[in-house]
Amino acid sequence: MTDNINDIDEKVTPEQPATEAVKSAESYVMKKKDMNAVSKKQIAMKIAVQTGLYLFLGIMALAVLFPFYWMLISSLKTYAEYSETVPTLWPRQFEWSNYATAFTGELNLGRLFLNTCIVGIVSTILSLVVTVLSAYAFARLEFKGKNALFAAMMATMMIPGELFTITNFVTVSNFGWKNTFTVLIVPFLVSIFYIYLLRQNFMQIPNELYLAAKVDGTSDLKYLWKVMVPLAAPTLISITILKMMGAWNSYVWPRLVANDAAHKLITLGLRQASWPVEGLEGVEGAINYPAQMAAVVLVTIPLLLVFIFFRKYIMKGVSRSGIKG
Amino acid sequence: MDSKKKNQWKAWLYLLPALIILAIFTVWPIINTLRMAFLKDYNELGLIGGQKFEFGFDNFVNVTKYRGFVNCLGNTMILCLVTVPISTMLALIIAVALNSIKFIRRTMQTIFFLPYVTNSIAIGMVFMAMFSMVKGYAGQEGSIGIINTIIEAFGGTRINWVNPNSSKAANMAVLIIYIVWNALPFKILVLLGGLQSVNKQYYEAAKVDGTSRIRTFWRITVPLLSPMIAYVVITSFIGGFKEYTSIVGIFGENMGPIGSKNVLNTMVGYIYQSLDNNQGRASAAALILFAIIFAVTMVNMYVSKKKVHY
Amino acid sequence: MKVVLQNLTKIFPSRNKKDKNAEVIAVNDFNLEIPDGKLIGLLGPSGCGKSTTLYMISGLQAPTSGKIFFGEDEVTKLSPENRGIGLVFQNYALYPHMTVQQNILFPLQNLKGENRLSKEEMLTRATEVAKLVQIDEYMNRKPSELSGGQQQRVAIARALVKMPRVLLLDEPLSNLDARLRLQTREEIRRIQRSTKITTIFVTHDQEEAMSISDYIVVMKLGVVMQTGKPQWVYDDPANLFVAKFLGAPPINVFSGKIEGGKLYIGNEQVLDVKGVENQEVYVGVRPEGFILDKKGKLTCSVSGVDVMGRDVSVVSTSECSLNPVVRSIISADEMGNIAGTEVKFNLKQHKVFIFNKESEERVYFGEQLAAHEAMVAEMAAEGHVFVAHDGPLPREADDKLKEKTAPVIKQSLFAKGVSSVKSLFSKKKEEPKSESAEVLQEPVVPVEAPAEIAAPIAEEAVTEEVKVEEIKAEPVAEEKVEAVAEEVKEAPVKKPATTKTSATKTTAAKPATTKTSATKTTAAKPATAKTSATKTTAAKPATAKASATKSTAAKPATAKKPATKKSSTATKNDSEG
Repeated sequence: MTDNINDIDEKVTPEQPATEAVKSAESYVMKKKDMNAVSKKQIAMKIAVQTGLYLFLGIMALAVLFPFYWMLISSLKTYAEYSETVPTLWPRQFEWSNYATAFTGELNLGRLFLNTCIVGIVSTILSLVVTVLSAYAFARLEFKGKNALFAAMMATMMIPGELFTITNFVTVSNFGWKNTFTVLIVPFLVSIFYIYLLRQNFMQIPNELYLAAKVDGTSDLKYLWKVMVPLAAPTLISITILKMMGAWNSYVWPRLVANDAAHKLITLGLRQASWPVEGLEGVEGAINYPAQMAAVVLVTIPLLLVFIFFRKYIMKGVSRSGIKG
Repeated sequence: MDSKKKNQWKAWLYLLPALIILAIFTVWPIINTLRMAFLKDYNELGLIGGQKFEFGFDNFVNVTKYRGFVNCLGNTMILCLVTVPISTMLALIIAVALNSIKFIRRTMQTIFFLPYVTNSIAIGMVFMAMFSMVKGYAGQEGSIGIINTIIEAFGGTRINWVNPNSSKAANMAVLIIYIVWNALPFKILVLLGGLQSVNKQYYEAAKVDGTSRIRTFWRITVPLLSPMIAYVVITSFIGGFKEYTSIVGIFGENMGPIGSKNVLNTMVGYIYQSLDNNQGRASAAALILFAIIFAVTMVNMYVSKKKVHY
Repeated sequence: MKVVLQNLTKIFPSRNKKDKNAEVIAVNDFNLEIPDGKLIGLLGPSGCGKSTTLYMISGLQAPTSGKIFFGEDEVTKLSPENRGIGLVFQNYALYPHMTVQQNILFPLQNLKGENRLSKEEMLTRATEVAKLVQIDEYMNRKPSELSGGQQQRVAIARALVKMPRVLLLDEPLSNLDARLRLQTREEIRRIQRSTKITTIFVTHDQEEAMSISDYIVVMKLGVVMQTGKPQWVYDDPANLFVAKFLGAPPINVFSGKIEGGKLYIGNEQVLDVKGVENQEVYVGVRPEGFILDKKGKLTCSVSGVDVMGRDVSVVSTSECSLNPVVRSIISADEMGNIAGTEVKFNLKQHKVFIFNKESEERVYFGEQLAAHEAMVAEMAAEGHVFVAHDGPLPREADDKLKEKTAPVIKQSLFAKGVSSVKSLFSKKKEEPKSESAEVLQEPVVPVEAPAEIAAPIAEEAVTEEVKVEEIKAEPVAEEKVEAVAEEVKEAPVKKPATTKTSATKTTAAKPATTKTSATKTTAAKPATAKTSATKTTAAKPATAKASATKSTAAKPATAKKPATKKSSTATKNDSEG
């Protein structure tokens, strides 16, 4: 800002731009007829654009939804109907037995559900405790090397998980943990990302609250439990949901270390089951798709329910992490 | 002074559970992976049997010489380079479209987010079902699958997408469609969030100036959204290099159509397959993967620093 | 280009679908004729609909009813790009990824068909405009590398480059610091003068509007209260609102009555108002309307003197004053005449405005009517129609409350009115935030466009319930905040003062300067204490300071978060320490 108000009038000759402005402003003056045409064109344009938008979004939405639709209707077809030359878009007759097969047959979905729930719930609870304690230490407590430790932990987030898997596989084998629930729970108890997320959340809570609690003689642990945890509830809910979804969707690690019937998790069971078609046993490539789709529906529906009820938390957690549950 | 010391002690106590687990399952693997990668054909069974392993770069050399690995690397690269641009562009367009409608916008948003909350193995199986030809009962022709039916309805010719003897290009096409389908929700979510945080006044200013929609998109939306786009591209490149479960979802552990085992294998797939009996090679492969991801991320960051505005 | 607004009305539909009555009338039957080539200031408190009016002129918002003409053309249904306007946004909306030059060129590059310019022409045009606003040296910088004032000028250049018929500026100075503000407003005036483009700008700062506008339009709750040249409006306010809104320091308002042609403030007969009917009135006296006189007719008790150089401001209190203090500005030479605790004034006739207590409309007396008529005539001669609000004045929610409640609250309400005007002046710096807070505070107030953007954050945090409580608690709350402010300053006193008098007494005992600082420090930093307090508490789980105000003043408007209990402990701790 170099200007001095007094200099301004000397520098600029006001007349010249003024005429320029008047001349150009003329070009905007429209006749009454033009005005109507312009406003009609405006409306037409707007309608066209909106139609285009909805058309595009509609088509994309159909593409997104189609696999869900196909999954649902296929699960209700008989194999005979499913294998007709021209596929039907709606089952002629609802074949609910496909769902029954999922529980009674080779898949034994009940057992898989149970295993997954045990692993999911236990690992979520333990993980929350560990995460809350660490996040609290990083957010509120002072100790030597805090920042260095935190930075080092954050740095490990860059390393792809596959790199850890190799050694962890060896380690748990040596521990004799293979085919136990422990092996599915313990190695993933600590998520540095969740610690980071929660720490950020804790740090937003004003320090005055902590000081006030100190004055009243509240212990750290009590303060953490009574004040910090309730205030960070949304983040904790996000973590819980993502963790549960993680157990539900985990495939690679369980396949490596807990591949027996007693500890198998649901996704692994779903993938590994074979789907023979009655009457076509032994024929290569004959898969009982309707039965398979029924199982897929049963695996998918809990996820969709969770999504419906916790949409906000999931979206919040996801947009910050970029990791798939 | 005393209370300070006590505090130090307390802080470490709070951290103890996390630190123990991290030491065993995060710190040790980093060290051990490095160790194993440089011991030729290292494996635990051999170790127990008293086998001695040579130190050197042999694992890395062997891994890169191995044809299967080259195939894995190629598959991974193709999937990455094709799906990332397609899904990012598509997500950007959908996000902009979503941002400029009012009616049923929330419903649409929910629909587009749906693929995120699914099990990628389970939905992979659905894609398999959609693309697959189905064997009929004896004497019957069987179905060509819903996708082929749709293609034929529009006058195209059926393609053997995923069944035995299908071409690798067809397999890849199915994979790409599935990966894009799967990747869209996260990107739409992030980009839409970015769009909503862009000051509306930029658009109002553009409107007052009579800027066309296309020009607004390229000159205002894309530059203002560039940090978000960079974020999305970087994360999806990282994700792309680790592609594995979507292939398992569609083709199973076979990593290819029946009769063509491992045709579609990826880097991560290779690592898991070597895990059981040759941890040395698996480690070397994992380190190579890490190096590639690191390099690509650096390049991405460098480019976005130049291109991303403010 | 002449701009005519005819019966312009904007109603924002209710956001709450269940409650259809919650719709907001942002602009109500607005009529205005803006002569060609003038600089017009739309002036009013937050939420008075001034920005909405501006956006309707720009075409970014469509009016619910009414018409807009540019010259002879009706433009009501035209989209913004077809209207030929230039719009400068409050936050400038400069594209952050483009250089200054690219920003200025942008509108030109949008032109199509026959209007399309060659590249050289565009550059010439851009350079010309840049020179006009004196930013041609910075053409290759990005907006983030410019100061606020420079950004402001780039924004004006971008609006001017396509040679608009009408230039619109939304709160053009609110983002600048005090020094720059003075400079920039002269700048705007100069640019307007040299381009002769009809310019309309919006501001909540009366000083800003008064200093550069050819005409000002004072609005309240979507209704035009008065229009005219700034000096006219200042010298001849049509109603109490206008009188209170213009002028810094604000006008002093007393409660008084007219009996037998005499004007009384309390028991003191202060002026002759022959021929005016007996009635209860408010008496507004401009600070410069006091004459120090030992035999003066109005008696006040002195609480302090602020020296402002050439003049001094005598701060005193009077039982009849509706402001917390009576501020009078006298020449520094007369300072010697102030001795003891009492001071007597005579009043300058033309600085005294009388308003009917019921209607709050102006009651002319003596020579004032003649002067008023002369002004209207003068305006007419300039082709400008005098507009003053006709019919019942729009009332805010708490105004209604006032009618029903006891006189004690009546007083405090007035104090509140004044302090909220005061706060407007001190609030210049934090517009979108304060606007949204304001909306919270007065739910009936129309929502303006910028507030709409900012509001959801605050809205999400505050439950419906809290809002309701807020309104109820208001009249008393404001008072208490100040009272508490006093007390905390001296010593931590546990129970807050309940009536106005006790609060004032404390003030009287101390010099005025101390009081101001006390209020400032304790009553939460910016703007009205209550506003910021409400917001902080609702949005985040209570900082100690916010809760300090809240727990004592505005009846714990129980925040959703379970922190309330803890935060009051924090309060105690804070005020003791």
